[in-house]
Amino acid sequence: MQATATATATDMQPLDMSQMELREVNATLQAAPATNYTQFEILNPRGSHAVAVGLDAPIAVTVRGSTGYYCAGMNKQASVHVTGSVGPGVAENMMSGTVVVEGDASQYAGATGHGGLLVIKGNASSRCGISMKGIDIVVHGNIGHMSAFMAQKGNLVVLGDAGSALGDSIYEARLFVRGSVASLGADCIEKEMRPEHIALLSELLEKAGADAKPEEFRRYGSARKLYNFNIDHADEY
Amino acid sequence: MKDIPQTQPRQSWTFSNEVNSEIRRAAYTGIYDIRGGGAKRRVPHFDDLLFLGASMSRYPLEGYREKCETGVTLGTRFARKPIELKIPITIAGMSFGSLSGPAKEALGRGATMAGTSTTTGDGGMTEEERGHSEKLVYQYLPSRYGMNPDDLRRADAIEVVVGQGAKPGGGGMLLGQKITERVAGMRDLPVGIDQRSACRHPDWTGPDDLEIKILELREITGWEKPIYIKVGGARPYYDVALSVKAGADVIVLDGMQGGTAATQDVFIEHVGQPTLACIRPAVKALQDLGMHRKVQLVVSGGIRTGADVAKALALGADAVSIGTAALVALGDNDPKWELEYQKLGSTTGAYDDWHEGRDPAGITTQDPELMARLDPVEAGRRLRNYLNVLTLECQTLARACGKSHVHNLEPEDLCALTMEAAAMAQVPLAGTDWYPGKPGF
Amino acid sequence: MCGIVGLFLKKEDLRPKLGDMLTDMLITMSDRGPDSAGIAIYGDDSDGLKVTVQSDTPESAFDGLDTALSEVLGGPVTMKVIDTHAVLTIPAGSRDAALDALGEKGLRVMGLGEAMEIYKEIGLPKDVAARFGLRGMAGSHGIGHTRMATESAVTTLGAHPFSTAEDQCLVHNGSLSNHNTMRRILTEKGFAPKTENDTEVAACYISSRIAEGANLGEALDGTLADLDGFFTFVMGTKTGFGVVRDPIACKPAVMAETDDYVAFGSEYRAFADLPGIETARIWEPEPATVYFWER
Repeated sequence: MQATATATATDMQPLDMSQMELREVNATLQAAPATNYTQFEILNPRGSHAVAVGLDAPIAVTVRGSTGYYCAGMNKQASVHVTGSVGPGVAENMMSGTVVVEGDASQYAGATGHGGLLVIKGNASSRCGISMKGIDIVVHGNIGHMSAFMAQKGNLVVLGDAGSALGDSIYEARLFVRGSVASLGADCIEKEMRPEHIALLSELLEKAGADAKPEEFRRYGSARKLYNFNIDHADEY
Repeated sequence: MKDIPQTQPRQSWTFSNEVNSEIRRAAYTGIYDIRGGGAKRRVPHFDDLLFLGASMSRYPLEGYREKCETGVTLGTRFARKPIELKIPITIAGMSFGSLSGPAKEALGRGATMAGTSTTTGDGGMTEEERGHSEKLVYQYLPSRYGMNPDDLRRADAIEVVVGQGAKPGGGGMLLGQKITERVAGMRDLPVGIDQRSACRHPDWTGPDDLEIKILELREITGWEKPIYIKVGGARPYYDVALSVKAGADVIVLDGMQGGTAATQDVFIEHVGQPTLACIRPAVKALQDLGMHRKVQLVVSGGIRTGADVAKALALGADAVSIGTAALVALGDNDPKWELEYQKLGSTTGAYDDWHEGRDPAGITTQDPELMARLDPVEAGRRLRNYLNVLTLECQTLARACGKSHVHNLEPEDLCALTMEAAAMAQVPLAGTDWYPGKPGF
Repeated sequence: MCGIVGLFLKKEDLRPKLGDMLTDMLITMSDRGPDSAGIAIYGDDSDGLKVTVQSDTPESAFDGLDTALSEVLGGPVTMKVIDTHAVLTIPAGSRDAALDALGEKGLRVMGLGEAMEIYKEIGLPKDVAARFGLRGMAGSHGIGHTRMATESAVTTLGAHPFSTAEDQCLVHNGSLSNHNTMRRILTEKGFAPKTENDTEVAACYISSRIAEGANLGEALDGTLADLDGFFTFVMGTKTGFGVVRDPIACKPAVMAETDDYVAFGSEYRAFADLPGIETARIWEPEPATVYFWER
């Protein structure tokens, strides 16, 4: 190794948004594979949108504060930790990696996510996991209405309660809710918890640092009645 | 008694045989009619406009000798890497899934040879298309099927689809027959189901949110790619103005003749405005905001000839986009398949059951045997030829009007044959200096 | 399509800071609404009725307006001119005569009330705020709006808030889909909106319901049944404000509460500069649910 002042893996690079433009912050994080930095700290996000989006490296980013829309959007590989709350669309279309939010999440958390793990320590509002395509989402608190609308793949775990129309028009995603469900959406039904579901849920709860027993949850999924049009189900559309 | 003259049996205009056949079909199946393509009803179109041409007061350009430029740059407002096209005609978004892989490849080959771009659709980006399209526009749709940041970064532009002309306000649809393993895999869906796509985006609603979504897309792609917004021809003045406010580099405006892979017939025929009627309000919105030619306007929906191209440009578009015409150039609805169309209950020119996946021409299908009928190299060459003809025709008309660039065509170079066209295009009725709505009549 | 902010102070000693806090909130929402901005400030109660009027030619229109009006009304009229707006305080009981007189002079009435003053103009929120000196305004609560016009014109009258009854005003983020039918119904009932704006229809709807005997809660509840489309409404009243979102609730809304204030914003960003925001309770209003904060 050359004797120059290169950063080492343990160094933390601070990115202060009261001093830097969003573009500079994201460009720095997006260029991370080309540097030796693996840890970053974003300061003073003050509700900014599109913070830490489009990352594609196994880096760790801590966001100190609350963000606006689309925090950690389209994340790949990176581990993003938000100490505050997040606005709409956190980790939207995430491919891989981990996003952890200490506070609450607004609408559309994990929308269309293809992979990775999204953990919301507080509550998530409406449309959590909308159109999810393989992402795992664990919400420690409650989720709002229309969550997992058109959810295709992946797992949504809710330790608290779910709002109305849970899993409307759901495809093959699995929903696990410990608390109450205000109402189920079209074609979403309660399903049997089989041993493989208990095992899957245990793993997800552990990964998400959630202190809950898999046996306390109920599983919901698709009745698959809307998969091919049938005139007798026209009222469901 | 038997010699009394009888009135000839009279068919009802209201309840025609065609109408009655649809009533019987609905009564039998209990589901609306789904089909592909765009509006088939007659609506005022570019045919109802004519160019005035040069004679004494204006001087024409010499064909083949004096240059008439056709190049267009899309995305000059914010994007660091705008798209430079040799011709003002692009290939509209059509999904892999609705179209076969070879058909997407053929579109890429043809467009690239002609110096223009192709566009993905509601099903993600395929190697066939990326590999063969020098310039590829990646559609960002409500379904987000196959959406991923890698494809976003290897696209040349991003088109946020808010609506399309065939169905402004409607979502996508792809029926089970076409959800093969490959299509299902790309869309994260179970094989063989009827896929229903949402009509609104899952994570934003309205232009104020869209502005933030565009910021995110730009941040993910380093502010390089032009961001297009595609809207269906519904309320073009407002939709264009709001697209500009939301931060678009380019606006794609699709009139009601614009096609779709599969939608309810009632939607295709009864929602939206004719392409002809959409352009002037859209251009007015851009002019009112001081953005005409700064935010580029691409018009689509029923573009067939170089005359259509030239007329759309004259009304203020920067470019046009073709979908249905491109498929016909590839070989869609070719008379050589007439017997097979008949077996499917259709006929050449009328075949629109693209959603069923049994396309004899092998274009709107995922059936391996049918797909094999389309040679992507040959079909690509046909598309290239067709695009060249459109361009040559457009240049011919522009030169006749004395223009050294097709963008110098103006509404004042046109007259209208009908009151409807005069009103919609706001160009004078032939032989007069008046159009409906013009003050001073 | 717009940005909304609202701030309701719980503590008297913060009143002088209302304008300052609200101005920062408003400017943060500029991206959501660059076309125009407006604010309703609930300040000190006056002895009479405050009428906020606007003119495109303020120098001539407001010159001697107080004296002239005082003669017509037969009582003292005071006037505070701020840029294109003037707030006239008229004697109690002279409302109708004053409105007639102001109408004859071609002045646009933005709103009236014992506490409410309304300031709105086209332009960027920061410019609008500077023109009116919003930062220096004091009061108990206020509502602000930044507008991205959808289908109606970018004009002063088309800006929010809309006030269609004394001390009441409404701001809106979203787009209504049955406002034309509702406009016809309201017009027949004598509550005709003055502009083509969908939000004004909603404001007139609420005023009409209250005039017919509904309380504010019932009137806001009625929007859920009778207005179609997408909306987040924030309604200002003399004593506080109410919030309601349509049942689909996809237009954003976030609230923050501390011991000092209750704040509303279209985005969290609007709160970023508020004191004590780090420890505030922050939540989103539920769909199809009416909320109130009143003193």
